[in-house]
Amino acid sequence: MRQPLLPRLVFGAFVGLVLLYLILPLLIIVPMSFSATRFLTFPPPAFSLRWYAEYFGNPAWMQATRMSLLIGVLTVIVATPLGTAAAYAISHSQTKLMRSLHMMLMLPLIVPIIIIAIGIFFIYARIGLIQTLTGLVLANVMLGLPYVITSVVAGLQSFDKTQEMVARSLGMNRFRAFLTVTLPQIKASVFAGGIFAFISAIDETIIALFVSGGQHQTLTKRMFTALRDEIDPTIASISTLLTAASFILVLLATSSQKRAAG
Amino acid sequence: MTAIDPSARYRRREQGLMLLLASPAVIVILALVVIPVGWLMTQSVYDNGFTLEHYRRIFSEDIYWRSFTLTFRIALIVTVMTLILGYPVAYAAAHVKRPWDVLILSFVILPFWTSVLVRAYAWLVLLQRTGVTNQMLEGLGLISEPLALVHNELGTIIATVHILLPFMVLPLYSTMQKIPRELMLAGASLGGGPLHSFLRIFLPLSLPGVVAGLTLVFVLTLGFYITPELLGGGRTIMISMVVSRNVELYNEWGAASAVGVVLLVCVLAIFMAVGRIIPLDKMLGQK
Repeated sequence: MRQPLLPRLVFGAFVGLVLLYLILPLLIIVPMSFSATRFLTFPPPAFSLRWYAEYFGNPAWMQATRMSLLIGVLTVIVATPLGTAAAYAISHSQTKLMRSLHMMLMLPLIVPIIIIAIGIFFIYARIGLIQTLTGLVLANVMLGLPYVITSVVAGLQSFDKTQEMVARSLGMNRFRAFLTVTLPQIKASVFAGGIFAFISAIDETIIALFVSGGQHQTLTKRMFTALRDEIDPTIASISTLLTAASFILVLLATSSQKRAAG
Repeated sequence: MTAIDPSARYRRREQGLMLLLASPAVIVILALVVIPVGWLMTQSVYDNGFTLEHYRRIFSEDIYWRSFTLTFRIALIVTVMTLILGYPVAYAAAHVKRPWDVLILSFVILPFWTSVLVRAYAWLVLLQRTGVTNQMLEGLGLISEPLALVHNELGTIIATVHILLPFMVLPLYSTMQKIPRELMLAGASLGGGPLHSFLRIFLPLSLPGVVAGLTLVFVLTLGFYITPELLGGGRTIMISMVVSRNVELYNEWGAASAVGVVLLVCVLAIFMAVGRIIPLDKMLGQK
């Protein structure tokens, strides 16, 4: 069913333009980050590593980066087992209660973050979790759980549950059966879920605007302030590094999911 | 009792164990979503005793009303734009041969996982007065004065469409992929032209994806905060910004909570209405 050439060309050109619109903003930041001037001119009049030096040489940016990475790692360490356990429960129980709990666990994707953010801000203020590492990690665990759960539930769907039954009927206890039989086969989905939780924690901005600060200021909060007050070109170098990092992580996560599916 | 004992007692124990396994995650969500939101709801009707004053204010004062209409207008424009731009992309991804489909999808997924702040910065570079777009248009002689593309509603819409386009393309693609090719061939063999087959066969079958995409994009736009804050130039005050300003600048918890609750009710009502047609987990599973 071949269509005439002209409509196909017009259609192809349209799709190409939309794809350009999608990718252009990601590409533009790279040359900007190597610019030698403060001004947002494109193409830059001369190239330099000035903004990278600015970023790596600035203790405040470095402190914020370390804080964000620490929050990301701790979030993954907490959210991955919690989310995997919940996903196991969801895919092994068909009760109405479990279906409602599954919905509830997806709430962070449904409720506008600003509402969650001011609610958390108020509660944290009462119990002294404002500007603390614990408070930031907990909030990011909450945001990361839906990603881990969705990924692991999908992984368990394609896993033959009778295998674990067999291991248990041969005398293994349930936890060991899970660790030695089930987990190795769904590890790609668990890994992918963990990576998505990590990226989500590194990118999280809105809650951090309210509850991070002082010594525990995140990279995104600093970036937000820098973008709102006056556009600091250091943002270009940070953006390039962040985009490269998420590109590699997404590649890792999706190839891991592909292996799980294949 | 063996592992495959089908007795009721075993099932009860099994269910208890599953609840136990889910409980840590459930507690986190309870403590950090349900309780904070519940607390906001009580704040919204409280001011030294029960009151509906905060709601009366947001329904009578002009600033709130303007912000709500602005937000819904932007959400509508963004939703329509993402459908117009996203449908052909999803269609192409579902129909081209490997490796082109992978290429198209990676163009969609990569921005999806790029920080919203990074994209806000990129759009500032692209759209500002002396930015790339204006320079190019001037270079081509199409305009003599730089256009005001950013620090206004237009800039907010351009960046929001960019951020939410993947939420339209991915559900569309996953629906289109499942439409059997044979149906279109059957349509053609019965004498229907390509356009006819598309309109009568393909389009109706892709509607579940369209509905999922429209819902996600519309609802997510209603809650947008960072993009209008950075690209709206201080004049594009969307609902989320009203919530945040009431807390940060005026310490008005009652008003902030009431606005937040109205926003939440809108979002939940839309999800529930659409949830009657498409299961909610199907819609969210696209992420």
